[in-house]
Amino acid sequence: MAKVPVQFRLNGSDRAAFADPADNLLTVLRRGLNDFGPKYGCGQGTCGTCSVLIDGELRLSCLTLAAACEGASIETVSGMADGPNLHPLQNAFMEHFAAQCGFCTPGMLTAAKALLDRNPNPSREEVIDAIAGNICRCTGYEPIIQAILSAARGMPAQRRS
Amino acid sequence: MPLALRVAQSLSEAAGILAADPRTRLLSGGTLVMRDVNEGRLTDGTLLRITDPAFRQMQVSGNRIELGAGVTMAAILANRELAFLHAPARAVGGPAIRNMATIGGNLFAETPYGDFTVALLALDAQVMVLAGYGSARAMPLEEFLAGRARGEARLVAGIQLNRPQNAADFRFLKVSRVKPKGLSVLSIATHLPGSSSRIGQARVAYGAMGPVPMRARGVERALESKALDAGAIAAARAAALEGVAPATDAIATDWYRREVLPVHLVRLLGERA
Repeated sequence: MAKVPVQFRLNGSDRAAFADPADNLLTVLRRGLNDFGPKYGCGQGTCGTCSVLIDGELRLSCLTLAAACEGASIETVSGMADGPNLHPLQNAFMEHFAAQCGFCTPGMLTAAKALLDRNPNPSREEVIDAIAGNICRCTGYEPIIQAILSAARGMPAQRRS
Repeated sequence: MPLALRVAQSLSEAAGILAADPRTRLLSGGTLVMRDVNEGRLTDGTLLRITDPAFRQMQVSGNRIELGAGVTMAAILANRELAFLHAPARAVGGPAIRNMATIGGNLFAETPYGDFTVALLALDAQVMVLAGYGSARAMPLEEFLAGRARGEARLVAGIQLNRPQNAADFRFLKVSRVKPKGLSVLSIATHLPGSSSRIGQARVAYGAMGPVPMRARGVERALESKALDAGAIAAARAAALEGVAPATDAIATDWYRREVLPVHLVRLLGERA
């Protein structure tokens, strides 16, 4: 089966890859473009660790057809830091011990960023809803919720996006 | 032979492709089909994408609402005119899933998924289907679901439904063990026009209580032409299990589903009594 070319912006850079017609976006990111930020967890839309932003919308890259991303702007956790400077959410996750094994962290950070991008001052309930599609089996969620709330309180407006 | 990919610019082109090759699977939001690909259940044939804007159109002004099959749960939640559908739309997955999952996909979701379809069933929605021969025709959702249970394949262009005259007449409940997002133990939707005085054209639908979402006709009969008082609710409870055939799965046993259904039905009806 012939490969299909796919071009999109990944964390601000134009990237291109050849994909199998039915490849999901996660496969192209990890195997084709060496972006190992998003993880393969369940492959069925339950765990959320493959979460990415596509044109600003939170999506699951394991359930997204790569070929459908032609021309899109894709953000992964790998693009959150600005060089050596971590994103406020990443700092807050460290300060609040919101990562233990770390496998859920890429998805949690991406879901949290999607929330803060559109709602800079979320309530606790809004934070809980925002990470409802992301499973963590280590922390019991409370440190993650506190980290997101803390980041929202501490983030200057220009760093929220 | 690995999976191929085709893109249809129009719904009629998609209908032709589907009719010509029964091994073609329509990819809408991807939450069901890509899962089958990832888990190795779908390894050959053709994936079909539709880029026709009509697939994602919404007509929400007035009493008659038309929603394209490609409209997502997030698009419904973002539309204030569709506030009466927000509870069932929010019942579908977490935020990422809601950005992807579509009305059309939900119509084909296997139990215990498909909670949004339960709401549509209680609202007497019509399904616009194309079968590869001519333009779309409207089909009652219940008839569509019966065909789906028989394994009939159809291309859904969209749905049509009437806005409830009184928002309080429509209620939706999803019961799950994990909050705020979890698979359904069961779901219930009720549309009881006139529930503040005398109910006319009662519609009650269940999810996860059979192979596909189903009408609770016993409950509908018990409530028809009644005021929604303690007596009517008791009669509804007595008829709650008529016709149900729930499955045992990882979420609940069929016994458990039968035990808790009448309890939740009474609670949902009691909210408005």
